[in-house]
Amino acid sequence: MIYFFVFLLFAIGLYGVCCKRNIVKMIVGFTLLDYSVFLFLIMIGYRKDGQAPILDRKSLLDVFVKQSVDPLPQALVLTAIVIGLAVTALMVALAVRIYERYGTFDITNIKKLKG
Amino acid sequence: MDKKGLSEITKSITDLIMPFVFMFGLYLLFFGHLSPGGGFAAGVILAGVFILITLAFGKGGVEIYINRERSHLFEAAGALLFLFVACSGIFTGKGFFTNVLHQEFGSRYFRFLSGGNIVLYNIGIALKVMAGLFMVFFILSVTRVVLEGTKLKMRRRK
Amino acid sequence: MVEIILIVLMSFMLIAALIALESRDLLSSIVSLGAVGFMISLVFLFLGAPDIAIVQVVVDILTLVILIRATISRDLHPVEDIRGFFPFAVLLVLLIILTVFGLETMHYLPKFGTSMSRVAEYYLAHGLVETGAANIVSAIILDYRGYDTLGEATVLFTAVVGAVAILRRKAKQDG
Repeated sequence: MIYFFVFLLFAIGLYGVCCKRNIVKMIVGFTLLDYSVFLFLIMIGYRKDGQAPILDRKSLLDVFVKQSVDPLPQALVLTAIVIGLAVTALMVALAVRIYERYGTFDITNIKKLKG
Repeated sequence: MDKKGLSEITKSITDLIMPFVFMFGLYLLFFGHLSPGGGFAAGVILAGVFILITLAFGKGGVEIYINRERSHLFEAAGALLFLFVACSGIFTGKGFFTNVLHQEFGSRYFRFLSGGNIVLYNIGIALKVMAGLFMVFFILSVTRVVLEGTKLKMRRRK
Repeated sequence: MVEIILIVLMSFMLIAALIALESRDLLSSIVSLGAVGFMISLVFLFLGAPDIAIVQVVVDILTLVILIRATISRDLHPVEDIRGFFPFAVLLVLLIILTVFGLETMHYLPKFGTSMSRVAEYYLAHGLVETGAANIVSAIILDYRGYDTLGEATVLFTAVVGAVAILRRKAKQDG
């Protein structure tokens, strides 16, 4: 089953978030989690030998309805990709600030909660 | 690294290529309802143009086109344009988010103006996405690494 | 045929993801993340979503630029990467729970390539007439489901304001 590969990618992303000490590796793990979910959503909407859901001047409507892929997951994923980029930028901003304050990217050295 | 930009080769190639990429972004924006593209794709490509100009020419080189105040203005203008066009359904007596331009005037398909309100929505979204992503990158690239705090016994870097 | 191409691409993607997490050098791990993003964009093209493929390529490039810009000029000490035994145990427990529930759900998912919801058939059949747009995905996100796009604009604004507020400089007392 092809959904198993997507689950493996999700598991690798989860491993990156849980078990790594470097903040940049955690950001990479979050990005992999994001990508795996987008991939899963678009795979749900695939139809065998399907065309893209874009009409042409010469296409007939009933052939188009029978042959195109599902446009709803694509509408969900389109906005989610841009939001994923903005959240990654926010996390990188936090990482830059943490480096300026503590001098390292290692999260086990970040102990001071005040100041 | 920020003030001077990259080498001369990169600057010349950026000078040559960036107008074409900008034109491609505008094409995706205005024909987004007839072919793949739309507001989001156009917004990220236009943000990419300005980010590449910032990388190649430094901070001073991009101030001619867009700086922080102008990007605040673009972002707010994009969001307000989106809201205002969405409220135009209320002003004409139908519901919120009704496609009034298509219902009043639209009779031909596969043309530039056949989408009605959709073209204006695309423009609003593209302005917002472009200004937001450029602003985040610009602020990220102008911070220098200065270790602050005197409790850490580290060398201070400028 | 499409399935074989997809399986090959996804195997490369898994190898690149492992390299991205396990490599000691930060620059190579960020570049491997870029490779994962490009391969996902190829998979989107084969699955019939050209709109999403354009956005994914450009967003992947911008993620690379932002990550490299933030980490390239720092004085990087190599960080020892293993966090001890407890996070591994937590990860194993989470993965076991996910696998058990995932295998249960696989029975309810449609077979790969055979799904179409009734709402989507309505949108495909009536999209051109009711909205005037030939790109049905644009018609959905800007006319049928416009509220979601309004919410997305708000979320994007919040994330940008958050990033700008974090990186703002106070008046420094020296230097």
